[in-house]
Amino acid sequence: MYPWGAPQYRRARRLCTNFMSTVASDNSKPQLSTRITGWFTDWVSDWGELVISSCVSLGDFCLFIFSTFRWMFSRIPRGETLWPNFYQVGVSSLPVVALTGTFIGVVLALQSSSQLGHYGLTNQLGGVINLTLVRELGPVLAATMLAGRVGSAMAAELGTMRVTEQIDALSAMGADPIHYLVVPRFLACLFFIPTLTIMADFMGVAGGYFYSNIWLNIDQHYYWTNSAKFVNNFDLFTGILKSLFFGSAISLISCYQGFNCKAGAEGVGKAATSSFVFAFIVILILDLSLGLTLKAVYESWYPGGTY
Amino acid sequence: MMIEQLLDQEQESIVDVESLSVTFGNQEVLKDITLKIPPGQTLALLGESGCGKTVLMKSIIGLVKPTCGKIEFDGENINQLTERQLSRMRLRYGFIFQNAALFDSMTIGQNVAFPLRQHGRFSDNQIREMVLSRLSEVGLPDSVVFKKPAELSGGMRKRVGLARALIMNPELIMYDEPTTGLDPIMSDVINELILRTRSRNPVTSIVVTHDMHTASKVADRVVMLIPRQRLDPGENQVIFDGSVKELETCRDRRVQQFVNGEAGERLMEMRANGHDQ
Repeated sequence: MYPWGAPQYRRARRLCTNFMSTVASDNSKPQLSTRITGWFTDWVSDWGELVISSCVSLGDFCLFIFSTFRWMFSRIPRGETLWPNFYQVGVSSLPVVALTGTFIGVVLALQSSSQLGHYGLTNQLGGVINLTLVRELGPVLAATMLAGRVGSAMAAELGTMRVTEQIDALSAMGADPIHYLVVPRFLACLFFIPTLTIMADFMGVAGGYFYSNIWLNIDQHYYWTNSAKFVNNFDLFTGILKSLFFGSAISLISCYQGFNCKAGAEGVGKAATSSFVFAFIVILILDLSLGLTLKAVYESWYPGGTY
Repeated sequence: MMIEQLLDQEQESIVDVESLSVTFGNQEVLKDITLKIPPGQTLALLGESGCGKTVLMKSIIGLVKPTCGKIEFDGENINQLTERQLSRMRLRYGFIFQNAALFDSMTIGQNVAFPLRQHGRFSDNQIREMVLSRLSEVGLPDSVVFKKPAELSGGMRKRVGLARALIMNPELIMYDEPTTGLDPIMSDVINELILRTRSRNPVTSIVVTHDMHTASKVADRVVMLIPRQRLDPGENQVIFDGSVKELETCRDRRVQQFVNGEAGERLMEMRANGHDQ
């Protein structure tokens, strides 16, 4: 998009060049006010270019999403395109999500126990750990692992296919690349991120319990009673609903980055990196906005309840 | 014989490119290209790198959207077709990519069978027979069926690409630099395969190439493009359109440089223009 470097660098280079020419030139140099006007015009035009190109990219991404949904509802992808993606997302990602979930549960117990201990509330530990896991950490952690493990791989794979003309070859043989490549990946992320989230939740709950019970000697009766008091079905629903949004965002962002990959190894590397960075940012933004929305929904359903 | 009859007849063109222009960002790659290709003809598209040969070919198949102009295939304007209509239309094309563009994740058998599985309603047995038959036509043994593209040499991959393009019996075959990167013997094998494909059925072919040997061996007609930067004011990008013999006797300096493979003052021109083609 910027063959001569990003606008801010061009501006910096122009400023340096202008400065050097100012130093080197004789009395024929332009007046200070003219130079300031020139710099200001450059600055405004660079930012304008950046805003326009961002709008174009956003519009293009929206069209990409629209096309994915259109193909998804018009024709079901063939099994041979679905199963490998289901396996990659649903099965291959399971161990890593389970492992990170366990450690997060243990770390939560470790960090919260000393804090709650100051107030003599150690018995409440189960509620704190499990609520945090089910509502926030489970979905966000599973999504982050999916973005890192599967999203980057999707972007790199599709990017390589773009660079080596395999995506063009698909079109040339009458297959729609979005239907053939994007829809199966989208469905895999959409269907399997809830299972990954449940796995992260479960392993986190188990890890937190074992650490609290065995290491901290917290009575299991209080641990589970407080957990049941704090965590309800709506919390579980919140986590799983969020995960569906996260999974959709990860697959769409990764596939879009892969489809719009620039030429060469550098282009593929950038597509993989930017897919993770964008997906992670979007996960956090979605987490906040969905958290606020679901809080409002909960309060309207249960006016006296505490979210 | 059949091909000659077809060529002799005053037929309507199967590919009709009218005033085609393609621009990428600020770069105008093609401008005002007009080209008619009658059925059964083998057209060699020549020109130095960056002159827009591949872009022209990709525009004909609808992979690149033209900025303006019209492209008709068998009387249908392909730019006005919906995605589905275009997908159906593409069954009538065969496209051999420069680096074959085989799908890395599939075996050779799955690659060649891809168009059949995508569109045809064939049984597994029929597909297997058709794949093996196409592979043997391009001189590949049955044992390659289970191999992955990465396990094959460049020449073998190009032949697999040819087998894949031919499996749906297309009416128009497009070859993107079919002999680039191959040794002289393998280049001639590919040339022979292009000729054999044509002799089996009167297919229309477009061959994008830099290789004068390929052009003189397989082409009925040669069209030469030139990069926009090298044009004189008001000049069209198609600087030559005729037979191979006419190409060899053409007096245009740029055509002669290309035919004889001479750089001449090209390096100085590139330096003066500040671009490297």
